Amino acid sequence: MAEQPVIHVASVRKTYGRTVAVDEISFDVHPVEIFGLIGPNGAGKTTTMECVGGLRVPDRGRISVLGLDPRRDVYALQERIGVQLQEAQLQKRIKVREAVGLWASLYRKPVDGDRLIEQLGLGDKRDAWFMTLSGGQKQRLFIALALINDPELVFLDELTTGLDPQARRKIWDLVRGIRQRGKTVFLTTHLMEEAERLCDRVAIIDHGRIIDIGPPAELVRRHCPERTVIIVTDDPNAEERFRAIPQVQSVSSAGAQLTIRGRAGDLVTHVIQCLAEHRIHVIDFRTELPTLEDVFLKLTGHMIRD
Amino acid sequence: MLRGLWQLTWLEIKIFVREPLGVIGTVGIPVLIFVLFGRMFGSAARRGLQGVPAAVSVDLPILTSILITTSAVLSLVAIIAIYREGGILRRLRATPLRPYTILTAQVLVKLLFTAVTLAAMLLAGRRYVAMDAGVPLASFTLALLFSTVSILSLGFLLASLVPTARFAQPMGTLLLYPMLGVSGLFVPVASLPPMLRAVARVLPLTYAVSLLRGIWHGEGWSAHIGDVTVLSVMFLAFTAASTRLFRWE
Repeated sequence: MAEQPVIHVASVRKTYGRTVAVDEISFDVHPVEIFGLIGPNGAGKTTTMECVGGLRVPDRGRISVLGLDPRRDVYALQERIGVQLQEAQLQKRIKVREAVGLWASLYRKPVDGDRLIEQLGLGDKRDAWFMTLSGGQKQRLFIALALINDPELVFLDELTTGLDPQARRKIWDLVRGIRQRGKTVFLTTHLMEEAERLCDRVAIIDHGRIIDIGPPAELVRRHCPERTVIIVTDDPNAEERFRAIPQVQSVSSAGAQLTIRGRAGDLVTHVIQCLAEHRIHVIDFRTELPTLEDVFLKLTGHMIRD
Repeated sequence: MLRGLWQLTWLEIKIFVREPLGVIGTVGIPVLIFVLFGRMFGSAARRGLQGVPAAVSVDLPILTSILITTSAVLSLVAIIAIYREGGILRRLRATPLRPYTILTAQVLVKLLFTAVTLAAMLLAGRRYVAMDAGVPLASFTLALLFSTVSILSLGFLLASLVPTARFAQPMGTLLLYPMLGVSGLFVPVASLPPMLRAVARVLPLTYAVSLLRGIWHGEGWSAHIGDVTVLSVMFLAFTAASTRLFRWE
């Protein structure tokens, strides 16, 4: 990337007493991308985000955000970033428009609060107390508050934790919308599906260390190159035919269902060519691709939710 | 810089009023006590009858004023504990709001309700309590607000040390009500046993009672320089200590 990174983190370490929260963490976030820090709870995601956002001071290492030092220039930085924090609340009896109005009064160049409320689908909740909002509505309000100053960079910490799938999808669309308006998003999540669908690049973090960084699809290719094709067929010779494909590593059968595994990226092509060539009668055909979840398991030896 | 102070203060006032129980507790109860005791003992005090405790007759305005202050402090401690536990402080802190703006807004809200309660008390109770033309109401209000600010700083210190909202209220009560006992309101400080007298000397309520009582009975501020000085020093000390100890989460 020729452009200056929006966030630059180099060799950051942070301990709480004797517990090492993050250790030798380094990464860059580029302009107008959605960058995700992914890992299980307690891996150091929130600590990293709080150090980058200037809410905590790292013990060691360098951090630069939009060219500023988040510690020294915290007030200058706050004008240019938007933050949504995990497990934050508002006053129980504050109204949606009051919260947005208060936030708007805190910044030099706020956007139109009423329009923001509409954009986030909270128009009919304008006068509702915070305590009466659903989980998804609360998170949308927090996104609104994070966007009120038209920030260049938005921090979203565990944005969809505890939300139902429908609310989650709605939030994902909103986050994509933030990037479309030319902003950079730095988020944390322990949901691999969320990272895969939302993030342009992710950093996998476990026990306070970054294990790998890259676009989700590339990480999957790099660490889990296995491809799987599952075919249901009544052709008795099929298994033998598939074994003859050089790219195929193994074929296992369970009744009429054959599971074909191989490492080549074009495994599927070869299997389809074989089907056509031998006129194999196919009842069902599907492929299985490894996910970030598999990558995480492979790299750390444990599941992300344990 | 105090950007956002007025918006936040105004919002906190509205939010406070939306909780009826809180309003009844802070505004209603002192007024109620004032009127009840005023009815029961007010006329006795006017006629100079013996056997009625001074705290509920001649000193009734002082007693209720101190109750107003105490409930303001307790409510502040509770609010800060709830805000900290709920992550509200954390969320506010991640904005350009300065920490002291957040706390100043809370103090302003408490002062406003202290003044409102005092006004309600004087209005509701004027029939029962001898209110000579000589009572300097403006000075008294000022003295009450000053005492409240000073004692609120003790509340901040308390709020800095109390870990959770559940402990905040009982802790505050445990600390403040015994203070009332030795504050000179019920028994003159001079006639307390030496041990308790020493305790009374280090507690802000004692000086607040002395100041309020003096001002109510028409003494000048100059007669209470000592009280004002001690309350100011305590304010500075408690504020300094709580800025060092204050935890945002």
